[in-house]
Amino acid sequence: MNWVWLHRFGSPPYFYRWAGRIVPWLAWPAALLILAGLYGGLVLAPADYQQGDGYRIIYVHVPSAWLSLMIYTVMALAAAVGLIWRIKVAHAVAASCAPIGAWFTGVGLVTGMLWGQPMWGTYWEWDPRLVFYLVLLFFYMGYSGLRSAIDDTTRADRAAAVLAIVGAVNVPIVHYSVIWWNSLHQPPSLALTSKPTMPASMYVPLLLLFLGFTLFFYAVMLTRARAEVLRRERGGNWIRAALETTR
Amino acid sequence: MSGVKTSAPRAFFLVIQRDLRLAFRRPGEWLQPVAFFAIVTLLFPLALDPEPARLRALAPGALWVAALLSSLLAIEFLYRDDGRDGTLEQFALSGQSFASLLFAKTVAHWFLTGVPLAIAAPIAALALGAPPHSLSGVLLALLLGSVSLSLIGAIGAGLTLGIRRGGALLSLLVLPLSIPTLVFGARATELAIAGASGAELAAPLYLLGALAVLGVTLAPLAAAAAVRISLE
Repeated sequence: MNWVWLHRFGSPPYFYRWAGRIVPWLAWPAALLILAGLYGGLVLAPADYQQGDGYRIIYVHVPSAWLSLMIYTVMALAAAVGLIWRIKVAHAVAASCAPIGAWFTGVGLVTGMLWGQPMWGTYWEWDPRLVFYLVLLFFYMGYSGLRSAIDDTTRADRAAAVLAIVGAVNVPIVHYSVIWWNSLHQPPSLALTSKPTMPASMYVPLLLLFLGFTLFFYAVMLTRARAEVLRRERGGNWIRAALETTR
Repeated sequence: MSGVKTSAPRAFFLVIQRDLRLAFRRPGEWLQPVAFFAIVTLLFPLALDPEPARLRALAPGALWVAALLSSLLAIEFLYRDDGRDGTLEQFALSGQSFASLLFAKTVAHWFLTGVPLAIAAPIAALALGAPPHSLSGVLLALLLGSVSLSLIGAIGAGLTLGIRRGGALLSLLVLPLSIPTLVFGARATELAIAGASGAELAAPLYLLGALAVLGVTLAPLAAAAAVRISLE
């Protein structure tokens, strides 16, 4: 089988050009999906019979929480690819994931707390999912901390990659914590394998936002990765040519 | 050099022997974490109302947080001296399995910090008002839990090797990974102090054992990868 198309992504100039071309195709659909999803979720969807309008925070909370786990998975996979095949672009991708993931984890925590105050009567509960989710934030912080503590980029990449792979044990723990422990946090209401438990006017906006947030992440991540590649390759000759063609 | 290659198990035990011998020449280094553990557990009755029932309820948490902090304090020294004087580089060049030699260092480290901690913990538990029949459970929980703590710490120590003022970073890397050990360890200690026995007490101990087995299987490989990167 011919794998050349895949190997090309390991080349910084190719990746830089490819990412620059693909970003608008991710960013515009993301903006449209998020706007449509927010309109559907905040305006069109009916109020919940139990929670009133307070439930609408799930339209931000659930996609953020999902993304923070997915971003960690993407980061750990990119780190593993970089570590095993020594591909520098993969390390640049992993480095670009960390701050975005940390922010989405923060958004997930804050929106969850704002929802918890009226619904559970408390901002914070020492519940397994909440605790392990907070731990995820510490993993992101540790990852960024280790990266910034090592001056040499190659060494920082490889050390941070080992940490990302080791920390990946937390992802399934967060994901299954509501099933393993009898937790205050409700089990997931949406699954690919079963019929949704809410009406279409409620879950369609949620699906749009899921997709929109995911595309938004890839658009931001690739933009950051391009900047990261530029920073790392700042001595390279191809950069002058690449920058001139875009101007 | 006679040119005869040392067998892998022999090299493993030689490293353990060497580390233990070095440590016994400087007893202060491995006695300090135990003293630290004793002082931290001493702080709890002083800072809180020393009512026996409350102290007993508090004992599992206090013991485990103190154990976690003291193992964190000790793990910083795991590779430091050998990293500075080039011993780790010689390990990497020796032709022996690097992971196995570093694992031997971790085992020696566990003998020097985990075992004294597990021996000190029942005494501290007694002082916090745990009944005497619970002490074997406390000892066993600490003994099993400290294996995972040493192994997780070895990964963190490898990653922060050679970083100036890596102490705070080390705690940020190691503590989140130690949470499952803390949860099951404190649960086992709590059950032991409450007077549980048999299957009820065995469940968290089995889980601690499972974590230790998982650690022994995977952590030496991750630690070796981490140290190798630091040596580059």
